[in-house]
Amino acid sequence: MTTDAPARHEPVSQPESDRYWEGARNGELWLQRDKATGEHQFYPRAFSLATPGGELEWVKASGNATLHTFGIVHVPPHPAFMGEIPYITAIVELEEGPKMAANIVGVDPEPENLSIGMALKVVFTKISDDYTLPNFTPA
Amino acid sequence: MPNLNRLRALSGQSAIVGVAESDQIGNVPDKSPLAHHAEAAINALDDAGLSLSDIDGLMTAGWSTLDVGEYLGIHPRFTDSTSVGGSSFVIHIAHAIAAIQAGYCEVALITHGQAGRSDRARAGANLGTPQSQYETPYGIIGPPVSYSMACRRYMHQYGEDRTREAMANIAVSTRKWANMNEKAYFYDRPATFDDYHESRWISWPFHLLDCCLVTDAGAAIVVTTAERAKDCAKGGVGILGAAEGHDHSMISQMPDLTRAFGRNTGQQALDMAGVSHSDLDLMMIYDSFTYTVLVSLENLGFCGPGEGPDLVANQRTAPGGDFPVNTSGGGLSYTHPGMYGIFTVVEAVRQLRGETGERQLDDCNLAIAHGTGGQLSSTGTVILAAP
Repeated sequence: MTTDAPARHEPVSQPESDRYWEGARNGELWLQRDKATGEHQFYPRAFSLATPGGELEWVKASGNATLHTFGIVHVPPHPAFMGEIPYITAIVELEEGPKMAANIVGVDPEPENLSIGMALKVVFTKISDDYTLPNFTPA
Repeated sequence: MPNLNRLRALSGQSAIVGVAESDQIGNVPDKSPLAHHAEAAINALDDAGLSLSDIDGLMTAGWSTLDVGEYLGIHPRFTDSTSVGGSSFVIHIAHAIAAIQAGYCEVALITHGQAGRSDRARAGANLGTPQSQYETPYGIIGPPVSYSMACRRYMHQYGEDRTREAMANIAVSTRKWANMNEKAYFYDRPATFDDYHESRWISWPFHLLDCCLVTDAGAAIVVTTAERAKDCAKGGVGILGAAEGHDHSMISQMPDLTRAFGRNTGQQALDMAGVSHSDLDLMMIYDSFTYTVLVSLENLGFCGPGEGPDLVANQRTAPGGDFPVNTSGGGLSYTHPGMYGIFTVVEAVRQLRGETGERQLDDCNLAIAHGTGGQLSSTGTVILAAP
């Protein structure tokens, strides 16, 4: 990132997502799981999608995922990303089931370096003192 | 679930009696967004032979009806600021039918105005939303980034070359229509297949020519009862079917990146209207991107999943083709101020009235207008009939 670029948007953690962002700060990906059905959900919510009214627990995810789709951004959608283009945006499917957005890092941003279905593992990118983003890289 | 029997009873009971754009559209640096709302509203009322004092229902998106109502100096008795992306104004037509037929109002005004190019205000981050936590920090900001990821998934499922050819066909055919519409931003600028393939990357797999314009523009629609429409200046374009819905907000949470909510709203609108795909003479399909058209035509049931490239092949959608799509030049080449949906209806009404000059279709009696909003999140579909 260039020095005069405005800062990247920081998330604003909500009460139901504090555990998620705390985990990311510690280099861990945490998910909510329905206690009755064992289904995981992303993003964190104040209730279980699988069993509304049922109980949720927090579990550490394996960090394994596959690439569901991706794009390569050439025109920065915000000045904060001026120094980062081209960069890879993706939707990944976690081993536990849910999908989430992320950047694919550690690979040159060319279409031929990416294939849908490829195995990925989580890595963490610190963007500020308070926030670290889960990202993914080829496994 | 929607009650089709009750909806069918509403089919054709309401009509669009006025449509218009704001005075100038395209690059309009000296007009605010609210000025576009007001100009379009007054022009649409002129078109209908009505005045602001006739309006008792007000609908808008992007802005609150409080601001638009105050700016126009009207005191509506039915108000609806449903704002679910660029599809909203098509969805407002369903709400207008519901409000008018239930008795909450008799003449509904739907307004739109955005200075997409020239606005002095800049949108800030919407803090606290899931999107601001789980997508924005990754630079997944704005439609080109999210729609390009949906398109890449479609390519994976149905073939990259075949998809690319379809997108090129849509870009080129839409531009041909714009070259016949003097209000179009690209009225005097043709585009070839080479221009398409050589245009720069915005967000791969989207070329520049896969992406809609960013313009300044406003538009408005006036809806009333079929009975009252008979006394309006140009009669009424009957609203035979209308449907709406959404199934996610963020692109990463879309259930299936190749199946947007049009899979439901298309069939519902057609069922309500009691017509089938082959009855339609004009397809006005929100084209935020070439991909949006491709996937929307499939979702609406004009063909099966993955068959869209055959449907739009060989310039069938272009002037002279047997499957006319986006005859105004669309969001890709006519105008796209940010939330374009209302303009699909404006063009459909004009074609159904036979007012579109050089680009007028022969025997245009039935049209579908389909809006998509957010990150392929919401859709609104209407079926309209000639007066």
